[in-house]
Amino acid sequence: MRSPHLERARLQGLQPALQLRTQVLTAIRSWFSHEGFTEVETPVRLPTPALELHIDAEPSGNAFLRTSPELHMKRLLAAGYDRIFQIGPCFRKGERGALHNPEYTMLEWYRLGTDYLDIMADTESLLRQFEPFNLKSEIPRLTVEDLFLQHAGWNPVEAYDAERFEHDLVSKVEPALPRDTPVFVMDYPVSAAALSRRKPGREIVAERFELYFNGVEIANAFSELTDPVEQRQRFELWAQQRQASGAPVYPLDEDFLAALELGMPPASGIALGLDRLVMVLAGAKSLDEVMAFRE
Amino acid sequence: MKGLVFMAADYTASDFRKGLRVEVDGVPYVITEFNFVKPGKGAAIYTCRLKSLIDGNTYVRNFRSNDTLKKPDLEERTMRFSHKESDHFIFMDENFEQFTLLDKVLGDNQYFLFEDCEVRVLYHNGQAVDITLPTFIEKVILETEPGARGNTATNTLKPAKINGDFEIMVPLFINQGDTIKIDTRTGEYADRVLKK
Repeated sequence: MRSPHLERARLQGLQPALQLRTQVLTAIRSWFSHEGFTEVETPVRLPTPALELHIDAEPSGNAFLRTSPELHMKRLLAAGYDRIFQIGPCFRKGERGALHNPEYTMLEWYRLGTDYLDIMADTESLLRQFEPFNLKSEIPRLTVEDLFLQHAGWNPVEAYDAERFEHDLVSKVEPALPRDTPVFVMDYPVSAAALSRRKPGREIVAERFELYFNGVEIANAFSELTDPVEQRQRFELWAQQRQASGAPVYPLDEDFLAALELGMPPASGIALGLDRLVMVLAGAKSLDEVMAFRE
Repeated sequence: MKGLVFMAADYTASDFRKGLRVEVDGVPYVITEFNFVKPGKGAAIYTCRLKSLIDGNTYVRNFRSNDTLKKPDLEERTMRFSHKESDHFIFMDENFEQFTLLDKVLGDNQYFLFEDCEVRVLYHNGQAVDITLPTFIEKVILETEPGARGNTATNTLKPAKINGDFEIMVPLFINQGDTIKIDTRTGEYADRVLKK
C-alpha cells in the first residue's frame, strides 16, 4: 500500500485544481441559465448503450453504464425541448491515459432548429467566460481537408482510409494545430461522421467539428443526424464492423430510433469533456493533476 | 543453481503498461512510458516509450489495439550486488561469477542498491539485462531541510537526499540521519524505520 502521507500530500496538492473546477462549473451553469437552457438529467444506467464503432460500454448488472447521454437528450429534443444541457458522469471501458479516465464528466448541450455553426458560436461565447483562453479575436476555424492537405499531404474527405486518417491525425495534424488558442477543426469525412448529418450540397462532408486547445481534443459537435433510415443504417454498419473485429455488439436503441421515426426537427449539439477543460485551464498535462481519484 | 525460464508468449496492446518487459526484433525492452490516445471518434492508439534492456536507449512507438508484442525469453537468477566500477554495476552469484549491468539500464534502481543486496537478475540469451530489487529497501537520509513541526495543512512533503544525491519526497517529520523504507516498484517513500 502507498504511504498515507504521500496520498494525503497528493490530495492536498489538488486543492487549487478542485477550486478551479468549482469556478468552471459555476461559470458554465450561469452561462446556460443566461441563455435560457433547461438543465436535464438522463439515466446513467441504460438497457443498451449508444452504439459507436470504437466505444466500449461498461456492463452494470443486466444493463450498461452510459458512454454518453446523447440518445436520451435527443429524445428530449425530438419532444420539443429546444435548449437543454447536462453535466454528468460517463463511462468508457478500458480508456485510461493522461487524457482519459474510464469514468469522467461530460457537459452536453443541444439546440433545436440550429446547425453546428450555431453550436460553434455557443462554444466561443462559453469559452469567453474563461480568462486563461484570453479570447480577443474569433477562434480559428480549420477544415479537415485543409489541415490534411497541408500537414499530411492527402485529402481524407475525397478518399477515406480510417487507419491512415487516425494515424496522421495523431502524428501529423494535431501536433501542427495552432498553440495557445482554442481551435475548431471542422467538416469531417462522412465516413468519420459518427452521428452527424451530411453537409447539404456536399454529401461527402459531415457537419461535425471538434474543439482543440494546445493539441488536446476538448469537445465534439454535430449538426445532428435526424434521418431515421440513415441513422439505423449507420448503427447496423457499426454493429457489423464491431462483430467483425471481435468487439461486443450492443442491441440498437429502438426507443431512440422510434423517436426519430416519429419526427425530429433539425438540431445540433456538443459533448465537452469537463475534466479536460479544467485540465487545460489549469495548464496541466494530465488528468492526474485535476482529478482527485483516478481509476 | 537452476534458473526459472519463462515461456515466450504474446502481449496484446491492452496488456501494455509501464514496467512491462517486451521483445521487439529480438531485443528486450521495458515500457517506461505508456499513453492511451483516441483520435476523435477513432480507434485507440497506444503510445509506448520503450527502453532497450541492452543499451538503455529509448524510442517511442505507436500500437493499435490488435497489435501484439512478444514476451521476452528471460531467465532469472538470484545474486548479490557487489560493487560499482564507473558506469558499470557488478553483481555476483553464489559461485562468485560476475555479471555486469550499465547504469542507464538500471535507471533509478541503481540508487536503491546497497552492498550485498540480494537481487534477481534477468538474462536474455545469456546476457544480464535487468534486475528486480526486493520490494522494500532501507536507506539513510543524508540531507534534508529540518521539517516544520505541526504543519500538516500544506506542503506535507519535502525533498530528501539518499546516496548518489538521489532525491526522494518524504514527509516533513523525516530528519537527516533517519532511515526510511522505499518501495522499489514506484521509487516512492513507504515508511519511516524506527530504530530500537
